[in-house]
Amino acid sequence: MSERYESHDVDVLVIGAGGAGLRAAIEASAQGARVGVVCKSLLGKAHTVMAEGGVAAALAHVDPSDSWKVHFKDTMLGGKMLNNWRMAQLHAQEAPDRVRELERWGAVFDRTRDGRILQRNFGGHSSPRLAHVGDRTGLEMIRTLQDFGVHQGLEVYMECTVTKLLKQDSRVVGAFAYWRETGRFVLFRAKSVVLATGGIGKAYTITSNSWEYTGDGHALALGAGAELIDMEFVQFHPTGMVWPPGVQGLLVTEAVRGEGGLLRNATGERFMERYDPKRMELSTRDMVARAIYTEVKEGRGSPHGGAFLDISHKPPEMVKKKLPSMYHQFMEFANIDITKSPMEVGPTVHYIMGGVRVDADTGAATVPGLFAAGEASGGMHGANRLGGNSLSDLLVFGRRAGAGSAAYAAKAPGHGVVDPAQVAAAERELLEPFERASGPDPYSIHRRLQQSMHSLVGIFRTEQDLMKGIEEIVKLQAEANAVRVEGSRAFNPGWHLAHDLRNMLTISEAIARCALQRRESRGAHARLDYPNLNPELGDVNSVATLDGEAVRVSQSPLPRMPDELRALFATEPAGVQS
Amino acid sequence: MPEAVLHVYRGDASGGGLKEYRVPLEEGMVVLDAIHHIQGHQAPDLAVRWNCKAAKCGSCSAEVNGKPKLLCKTRMDALPPGQPVVVQPLKAFPIVKDLVTDVQWNYEVNKRIPPFTPKPNAEWRWKQEDVDRVQEFRKCIECFLCQDVCHVLRSHGRTDAFAGPRFLVRVAGLEMHPMDALNRTKFLKEDAGIGLCNITKCCTEVCPEDITITDNAIIPLKERVVDDHYDPVRMLVRLVTGKKKGE
Repeated sequence: MSERYESHDVDVLVIGAGGAGLRAAIEASAQGARVGVVCKSLLGKAHTVMAEGGVAAALAHVDPSDSWKVHFKDTMLGGKMLNNWRMAQLHAQEAPDRVRELERWGAVFDRTRDGRILQRNFGGHSSPRLAHVGDRTGLEMIRTLQDFGVHQGLEVYMECTVTKLLKQDSRVVGAFAYWRETGRFVLFRAKSVVLATGGIGKAYTITSNSWEYTGDGHALALGAGAELIDMEFVQFHPTGMVWPPGVQGLLVTEAVRGEGGLLRNATGERFMERYDPKRMELSTRDMVARAIYTEVKEGRGSPHGGAFLDISHKPPEMVKKKLPSMYHQFMEFANIDITKSPMEVGPTVHYIMGGVRVDADTGAATVPGLFAAGEASGGMHGANRLGGNSLSDLLVFGRRAGAGSAAYAAKAPGHGVVDPAQVAAAERELLEPFERASGPDPYSIHRRLQQSMHSLVGIFRTEQDLMKGIEEIVKLQAEANAVRVEGSRAFNPGWHLAHDLRNMLTISEAIARCALQRRESRGAHARLDYPNLNPELGDVNSVATLDGEAVRVSQSPLPRMPDELRALFATEPAGVQS
Repeated sequence: MPEAVLHVYRGDASGGGLKEYRVPLEEGMVVLDAIHHIQGHQAPDLAVRWNCKAAKCGSCSAEVNGKPKLLCKTRMDALPPGQPVVVQPLKAFPIVKDLVTDVQWNYEVNKRIPPFTPKPNAEWRWKQEDVDRVQEFRKCIECFLCQDVCHVLRSHGRTDAFAGPRFLVRVAGLEMHPMDALNRTKFLKEDAGIGLCNITKCCTEVCPEDITITDNAIIPLKERVVDDHYDPVRMLVRLVTGKKKGE
């Protein structure tokens, strides 16, 4: 069977080459594993490149009183206590070392006056904590990892899409993929597999995410029998561009607010005063996104349906130095000079807190041989992620999943046996769209899915909308199974979308069903019919699994935080402690 | 609704040509929006690379009206009105399909660059002013527009002998890093072929990140190469001491 295909044998196969994937690959390689990295785009183009504001780490360079405990506490409170406490602890403890390590590998962060790594304010962080490079921190990070990684002998398979994980009994033993350029199939045999595929933003109309973010890792994990947790928590970043239409949803970094940017409505009011008077613009993302949405809905929006974000009271040179790409982005796309005029911004789908259920220390999923890190994994951020905690998450848990997968591979008896029937099924699924004489085109199904998710599984939810959303998704799944693709297998975006669409539909169903199940409002999940936080639901994760083609949801108890960490929250108001 | 006319290259290594498409023109539209509209409504198999759509990833490089551009950053209203917008793949690299070219060579060059090598036992403190220049080089988004426009690569096809502006910028970022201990002038001279650059500054003109490639990166590197390899005084010093600069 495998002779029919180009095939590669590695110890550890990392799927995804953003921050988490590259950091995992570097670590697995450092542990002696032979590592393959598969990515859908060219190397260095993953969404990490778009991360702007910074990487959160309690280095205490700007505020000497900062510590991992304060970072841990901020993260848990931001996540409405739904975070996996152990992940949040490891994250806060290890982020400073991961940032320093990046510097040793050549990253050039902005400096304090005394020559150390500079840190800036961000929403929900009680100290200036984000190490940064102007507003292009993610680019610095991915380029550093990329350039370090290529000298470590990583085998990188660029523009290659994994469509199925292959299993022998309960264990993951490889992956089936196609080359985007030629459409030819390729088989990877691996002793362990790390999912680092990022998010799901493309299931929504207005998103900061690129075409790659179609929930691939989430769907691959489900297909391999793994559990996803907390899929209802989809982060709307409060500040995306709202105009012109072509750039709607494009990210406007939180660093604008971190550097002193103010939010106003059409009447000129700093409306955050009514939503979070203490933290104002630097409130958590869930709060600010809902505030802007509400202002617009109640008729106090800007001309193009957003809020005004203003940094023009700061010296122009400072704005250009600290927010250079924002300056250019608005100048070039919207004809607005942000040193003189306010920006118009509104919520945009940015991140999913939910993901593959993993062991905090090793990144191991609930299926042997499978690991996950970064946005594809769940638990770290609970019900809402703080800005800056993603880049640190990628480094901390990328490294841990790399180590975990390498250790698993070292103990594995050898490569597993690839089941020809699984390969044949994966192949059929990809080829069928070419063979159909008629059928819907993938682009139109995708547009309808995005609209349904946005209007029915969006920033505010109700039981009625969610039921309708699920109905719509199930209908679109049937259509997607009958999709027809034109042209050849050579670099054919319509064909690529036909496959990615299946992943989007699966994870959309998981999101909607988890959202329906959670009858409360917590963090990024806001239910108009259950507007309050329900302390009893603070102890449960939502769980999604796949049963045939249908998504099943249930609940499982949240891992219990040890008392010494629990004591950190003793002074917090009741309700958040649960 | 007003319409835009685009002439988009369709084809592969075996041949092809420009094909006309009409798309509705929206306010603030960029060329990539128009290409996506064609994909989503008329030609689902039209191949194009893109990711961030915000001029931060450097994926959607192509040639618009013959000029190397990021499609996501090129506004339709900045192009001559009433004329078709011609969109073609990068000329310096072999075509894969439509607007997608084979840029693999760049990744091979990158692997050969001697990596960042920190000074041992150094204190990791430096002033912001000391790294402003290095940060300029590190803004590079690897769109390869500079590689595409560089006549050493574009007209003379010297991928065998010249690393291209992108990788000279990368070397400059390493060489001027305050913590780097390595000397890369031998690499620059012998492997990267820096001598082939005759400073026409075309690369600087097309850089979407406004990196002053020629003046800030290439010329200082050329000077270092000359100092290390052609300066008679230094050659004599080297002969006597047996040491190279940076050692």
